[in-house]
Amino acid sequence: MNDTPITDADLHAYVDGELPVDRQAQVADWLSTQPTAAARVLAYRAQKQALRDLFDPVLDEPWPPSWHRYAASPPPLAPLSQWSRWRHSWPALAAGCLLTLAGGSAGWLAHARFHPATVIAQTVPLPRQAAVAHAVFSPDIKRPVEISAEHEEQLVTWLSKRLGTAVRPAKLGQLGYELIGGRLLPGNSGPVAQFMYHDASGQRLTLYVSTENVANRETAFRFEAQGSVNVFYWIDGKFGYALSASVGKDELARLASAVHEQFDSR
Amino acid sequence: MDSRAILAELPRLRRYARALVGDRAAADDLVQDTLERAWSRFAQWRPDSNLRAWLLTIMHHLRADQLRRRPPPFTAGDVREDDMPSRPTQTDRLELAELAAAIAQLPEEQRAVLLLVALEEMPYAEIAGTLAIPIGTVMSRLSRARDHLRRILDGRAGNTCLRVVQ
Repeated sequence: MNDTPITDADLHAYVDGELPVDRQAQVADWLSTQPTAAARVLAYRAQKQALRDLFDPVLDEPWPPSWHRYAASPPPLAPLSQWSRWRHSWPALAAGCLLTLAGGSAGWLAHARFHPATVIAQTVPLPRQAAVAHAVFSPDIKRPVEISAEHEEQLVTWLSKRLGTAVRPAKLGQLGYELIGGRLLPGNSGPVAQFMYHDASGQRLTLYVSTENVANRETAFRFEAQGSVNVFYWIDGKFGYALSASVGKDELARLASAVHEQFDSR
Repeated sequence: MDSRAILAELPRLRRYARALVGDRAAADDLVQDTLERAWSRFAQWRPDSNLRAWLLTIMHHLRADQLRRRPPPFTAGDVREDDMPSRPTQTDRLELAELAAAIAQLPEEQRAVLLLVALEEMPYAEIAGTLAIPIGTVMSRLSRARDHLRRILDGRAGNTCLRVVQ
């Protein structure tokens, strides 16, 4: 061991405190006779310090508002209506975060541990529901929909009946997306509809229509990236719409505007 | 999962993402995507394991996906003067600006290793796990990154490149 030459890797490990104590001492001894290597070690240490000096201020920057939702409590616990309101009142949410932090976490943990059934019954925010539904059904080659676009009339009648209100798929042919069909899905408290489209390249797009919204009258477009799925969503009266696809935000925005326009002129 | 634990990791995740990606908005998006992914998979997280390493692993998977889809150049957007640290540091501002520019020139794979060592102070073995590379690769990337930075920064001061000890 004593005769093991000091390597480049040793010098890095020395700087980073990764060497066993005896080796650390050997390297220190050796460096005292090697000014060139010692200069490298000093330079590496200075780099580490400078990198922290350069990037540590990021630690203190105020967070984008959307992060508090993830940090404060698991997102599936926020009921859709409350959650939607929160998006309009960040100060209230920030205060809520503090309260949660101050007292809620232990309670939440106990709650999660002892009442799992209650957790499952909680509501999930619209963009997340839509993204999960997209992720589950859009990769399905054989059976992506329950009723295909060939039977569009039947699809519309069935979904409208089950949702208790008239729903229909938007027409996106001019934007290059053809309807594949649709299906009925369970929402937070009842049925929701999913329409699926694809373009010439096979890229799939889903339009998720919920009629469960009771609290919010209307919202502007909102965007969320849910993993690799991008979602634009908005609320119009009792309807919640979410358009999901693994396409760029700009393209999805164009599609979402087209959908919004068609339903707005209802 | 304890939400406070995630909360505690957020600033560091963000610092690392900023240093890795460069552009503020892109880095914050990466952090948000990481959070989303973490929430959707937190059943996979073992409570006795290292939360930060787990989150960094998720972040690296997402970043690798991004780079495969569209390799973005490191946007040295945050080399701007107004993003420079405003609190007293051991390194002067001019040097920091040069360091930011030098970091931007590193290949991202080298930058990642250097930042995990310097900012996260992660053990080499943990870095190997997080980046899914052999520890020898961690060492060689670290060595190349440090020497590259040194050449750039020393070049400015007119020093010569020093011999690598083998």
